[in-house]
Amino acid sequence: MRLSIVPANTNFDFVGRRRLAYPLSALLIILSIGAFFTQGLNFGIDFRGGILIEIKTEGPANVAELRSTVGGLGLGEVQVQEFGAPDDVLIRIQQQDGAESEQLQAINILKDALGDQVAEYRRTEFVGPTVGAELISSAIWAVVLAIGAILIYIWFRFEWQFGVGAVIALTHDVVTTIGLFAFTQLEFNLATVAAILTIAGYSINDTVVIYDRVREELRRYKKLDMPALLNLAANRTLSRTFMTSVTTLIALIALAVFGGTIIRDFALAMIWGVIIGTYSSVFVAVPVLLALNLSRQSLSAGLDESEQVEAPEDDVPDTPSDK
Amino acid sequence: MVNYPRWAIVTTVVIALLGLIYAAPNFFPLADEAVETSGLLPSKRMNLGLDLQGGSSLLLSVGVDTAIRETLESVESTVRRELRQRGARVGYSGLRVEGKAVAFTLRNATDSDTARDRLRNIEDGFDLDIADDVNFRLSMSEDAERARRQSAVEQSIEIVRRRVDETGVAEPVIQQQGDSRILVQLPGIKDPERIKRLLGQTAKLNFHMLDETVSIQEAESGTLPAGSMLLYGPEEEGRIPYVVRRTVEVGGDRLVDAQPTFQDGQPIVSFRFDAAGGRRFGELTSQNVGRRLAIVLDREVVSAPRIQTAINGGSGIITGRFTPQEVTELSILLRAGALPAPLTVLEERTVGPGLGADSIEAGKIASIIGLAAVVVFIVISYGLFGLMAAIALLFNLSLIVALLSVLQATLTLPGIAGIVLTIGMAVDANVLILERIKEETRNGRTPISAVDAGYRRALTTIIDSNLTTLIAAILLFQFGTGPIKGFAVTLSIGIITSMFTALMLTRLFVVVWLRRRRPQTLPI
Repeated sequence: MRLSIVPANTNFDFVGRRRLAYPLSALLIILSIGAFFTQGLNFGIDFRGGILIEIKTEGPANVAELRSTVGGLGLGEVQVQEFGAPDDVLIRIQQQDGAESEQLQAINILKDALGDQVAEYRRTEFVGPTVGAELISSAIWAVVLAIGAILIYIWFRFEWQFGVGAVIALTHDVVTTIGLFAFTQLEFNLATVAAILTIAGYSINDTVVIYDRVREELRRYKKLDMPALLNLAANRTLSRTFMTSVTTLIALIALAVFGGTIIRDFALAMIWGVIIGTYSSVFVAVPVLLALNLSRQSLSAGLDESEQVEAPEDDVPDTPSDK
Repeated sequence: MVNYPRWAIVTTVVIALLGLIYAAPNFFPLADEAVETSGLLPSKRMNLGLDLQGGSSLLLSVGVDTAIRETLESVESTVRRELRQRGARVGYSGLRVEGKAVAFTLRNATDSDTARDRLRNIEDGFDLDIADDVNFRLSMSEDAERARRQSAVEQSIEIVRRRVDETGVAEPVIQQQGDSRILVQLPGIKDPERIKRLLGQTAKLNFHMLDETVSIQEAESGTLPAGSMLLYGPEEEGRIPYVVRRTVEVGGDRLVDAQPTFQDGQPIVSFRFDAAGGRRFGELTSQNVGRRLAIVLDREVVSAPRIQTAINGGSGIITGRFTPQEVTELSILLRAGALPAPLTVLEERTVGPGLGADSIEAGKIASIIGLAAVVVFIVISYGLFGLMAAIALLFNLSLIVALLSVLQATLTLPGIAGIVLTIGMAVDANVLILERIKEETRNGRTPISAVDAGYRRALTTIIDSNLTTLIAAILLFQFGTGPIKGFAVTLSIGIITSMFTALMLTRLFVVVWLRRRRPQTLPI
């Protein structure tokens, strides 16, 4: 018996569900923006500058004692937390006043104070004030340019409605992912930016597959009304949408569970992104085409004759009821 | 799409096999030495990033502004020397460095031509402006400034390399990044503090004469003779002030060797000059017996011994309140030479060997489990076709590893995440095709026609969706830094290889199967 997550002839009314999906998405976006402005993001040292040291201790670490040792060094705000294992501790120190040399001084003070409590220095990261600012700007540039280039590509390959629809879905996914980070206070660092960009890529990928199908069905069925046609395209690609999401999620869950502590936040962000990206492709990107007044006329220029001849006019599906 | 010309079959098979061959060294690292060195089989392996193999990465900034200022100061002292030539002194006042220029005013306008003549020999790249015959201004040209910056960075890289080599780190990577930065990667280093200390010093050693014409009190209250400066001794000795002549009598660039040693139980550094330096040092000491010499390291007076007798052997010693470790480091620094400008550590990332090994292990486990789960899932979902896609997925992974090895791209922890993600997404192209074939079969097509339509119709979608992701990955690579870059590399490679495996390799399997079996129905 073959596993089949999505039955062969699904006939789900995605377009009709927009009355539920739109308010839900709006709520998510409002919550995300709210969390972003009230809680803010928990920026890692990549962006904020500062020092991060991961140590392994002999036997289980006494985090409280370490905290008071490190806290008493006069290095400003200090965070000490267990990291993945009882003998693994992460110490974060805020950026010190002054230039880079002060920061390096702080690392030395810290290492001296920790002394023989440390069995192994697993990681030492230091990002100075100059680089922190640059990393922020280069990350923002990477995001803006990547999204911009994707849009231009879609614009070029499809009609403008598809481009705009894809942006809306994409923005939806990126905003809610940032919202998730604000809400959970998971650390926001360079790896997170990579995760967000991959989510953007994944979301666009998912949307493009469905849009491709919308375009194809538009050429094939001349008389079907728009909501029915959009539903048809979404349903016919639904099985693929699910399969790909599931395989990607399987790989990501493996990464989150077995990939080690450092990669976990990245994998978690991606898992969220795949779920939200899949949701937005069918429930946001598809119905939004209707609101953008997508019509056959706008496509007629790119009509492919051979496709038309081949299209069997008699397999017009049952029209999903939207009325 | 069912037609698969012979040349395409051959190309596909060759690429797939090359993938296996080039990936092999990563999985069988202890293959026969003789084979490995014979060059018959590839032996390149993936480069592991420092986050995986352990080590330290330092981003240094070269203080190019200091190098520029020093160039200007040296022009200033050349000007002073030229105008004060014995027997033909030219009166001037207000000699100073002003912005990117050296300026002074002549006392007599009649000296204008003489002064202009003497300044003719000043380094290239300076433009001379004369206003009212007396206001001279030598400005550094933009080209000269740019050249000086670049040469400061290049010299710094050279000195950094020498200093790092002195510490015995294996295979360090030292390269310029951007305009004025140096990236230093030190594999296997557990504690970079010593190297940071070595790189943090300019180590400019100069021999000056002390100016004994004024007392320290006078100098500190501001009556410093032109051509002299106030410098201090080391912190540990209470920052003793010295009045030192600006002129460098012998520079540290004349040193050919420096070694740590002991004298009366005290750690000291003994050094040797090259021929010209030795001669100059001999002249200096014989002319100034009884006076005090200042040994100045990075604008700090290390010691100021009184010259007892002429030193003609071309060697000498530096004493001071040193620890044995300091003496060793100072010797390394003097041997490697001075940095043209101070270096600042902007960013440091050090990963201990334990964490690196753990990360590799975790990455392996995550990849294997992720791969196994995905394989099981697609085989359950698509049966025989799923199995073909799964086999193609294994080829896909070997192609990724092969490309990373051949391109000598660096595999980082985020890179492993990129590979695991590719495993999940690589299936997408296959899923698109298989779903389409399923659909076409349901529409009543024959197996061959369904497969043909499935591939043909999925093609544009696959290209559109993969290109959009590839665009994002390439931009990530271009504009991203650190972990983002490592991730983008494997993601881009993964997209390309997964398009190949879906459109060429799986299709080959399917086509061969169709031709052999000529099935009446598709097992999908």
